[in-house]
Amino acid sequence: MSEKRNKTLLHCTVNGKERDDVVKDNMLVADYLREVVGITGTKIGCDGGECGCCTVLIDGVPQHACLRLTATCQDVEIETIEALAEQNRLSALQRGFHEKLGTQCGFCTPGMIMAAEGLLRENPSPSEDEIRQGLAANLCRCTGYIKIIEAVQFAIDELGSKGKAA
Amino acid sequence: MEYMPNFQLHRPATAKEAVKLRSDNSAAQYVAGGTDLIVNVRRGIEQPENLIDLSAIAELKLINEDKDGLHIGAGVTLKEVARNKKIVSKYQAVAEAAAAVAGIIHQQYGTLGGNLCLDTRCLYYNQSEWWRQSNDYCLKERGDTCHVASGGKQCFAAFSGDVAPALLVFQAEVDLIGLKGPRRIPLAKLYQNDGMDHLTLKAGELLTAVHLPKVLAGCPSRYEKTRIRGSIDFPLAGAAVRLKMKGKKVEDFAIALTGVNPYPQIVKGTDEYVGNAFDDESLDKLRDSVRKQAKPMKTTTVAPWYRRRVIGAVARRLTEELAG
Repeated sequence: MSEKRNKTLLHCTVNGKERDDVVKDNMLVADYLREVVGITGTKIGCDGGECGCCTVLIDGVPQHACLRLTATCQDVEIETIEALAEQNRLSALQRGFHEKLGTQCGFCTPGMIMAAEGLLRENPSPSEDEIRQGLAANLCRCTGYIKIIEAVQFAIDELGSKGKAA
Repeated sequence: MEYMPNFQLHRPATAKEAVKLRSDNSAAQYVAGGTDLIVNVRRGIEQPENLIDLSAIAELKLINEDKDGLHIGAGVTLKEVARNKKIVSKYQAVAEAAAAVAGIIHQQYGTLGGNLCLDTRCLYYNQSEWWRQSNDYCLKERGDTCHVASGGKQCFAAFSGDVAPALLVFQAEVDLIGLKGPRRIPLAKLYQNDGMDHLTLKAGELLTAVHLPKVLAGCPSRYEKTRIRGSIDFPLAGAAVRLKMKGKKVEDFAIALTGVNPYPQIVKGTDEYVGNAFDDESLDKLRDSVRKQAKPMKTTTVAPWYRRRVIGAVARRLTEELAG
């Protein structure tokens, strides 16, 4: 007979949609997103908080989805890479990664973009140094990071000129 | 990583409730940010049947200042410790240490209390289940041999928290709450020289707050660590220095180290320098004394001799900078 699993009734918001799910107490947010919610944009890399691939925003703060227990997400708002595009139009950051070739194999990209998103929400015009610091916990094995920094700067310019126009 | 074991999660709303839950449940452990504990659970190093999540306890997340000094809740995130204006301006080393923990994302949910109660680390301990199993485990976990000092009956796993040495040079105190009620002890008394059991917490006790004394507020201080990856890593060796000068003479001086012992260590003999000016000779003497007191063992991929050299150099450099 299989062991009885402990479960929690979870209420939270994922990418703007309210959800009620019964989740196992030992389930991590990365598995919850991929297996229960069914959105696979969030990638699982090292599974131990070292690579940053699974970075999502929880109440607007970047966190590793592979280290956060789902049952502790009661009444919080989780945002993933899927939340950024509006009506199929890429966000400025996503366009930046596309235009500046900030993506190669693409595995680190969702985490990288969510970490950058968290950074830009807190500080809309970070210096290059601040971008490097904000993305320090995210590893990329392809790009050498220069293109990623250029991608974030592209988004800053784009968002800045939009702000001025409005 | 292995699968997560089955456990029950509890989310108390008060510290008192947390202590009660911990004593009422078998094999229970506290978890705050989880940046370290969850990794250990997944590696099978920790096998809790009950996890008591502290993230819903509001009383642990406060920072207050009064006539005695600054009081920081154990649940305050490291990012907030690193950015809080009062901490940055009055206890600079503490802010620098918090900003040096892991990567920026860990700092946004890792907590001060979690960093102080961080488990000790070792090359032979923080590994996957199959790695440890094929090595017959180790003294600290399930095995009976220490691979760092074969034949030894003591565990040398290194304390690797960054914030503790910075708090130690400021003579911080900590609040603990247990079944018998709260008590306050000097932070230095929270630790002991035993890699297997480096915290002196009594069964089920919870660290709730840290107090920084007003008398030392504003005293110049610095923290620096060496690590393999500059962006995200535990310290190979780290030093916090607090130095108050009166003219060219030393008035008050303290150094504490991390990463080189099973406990964060206050360097002995800094009183000798009080009343004198620093010159190359006395700085070299200080460097050698730090090297002598640090006892790094083969607990990281980097050799102990390097960590011993580097800890002396870091302590000397910070002291020289602070001396002006």
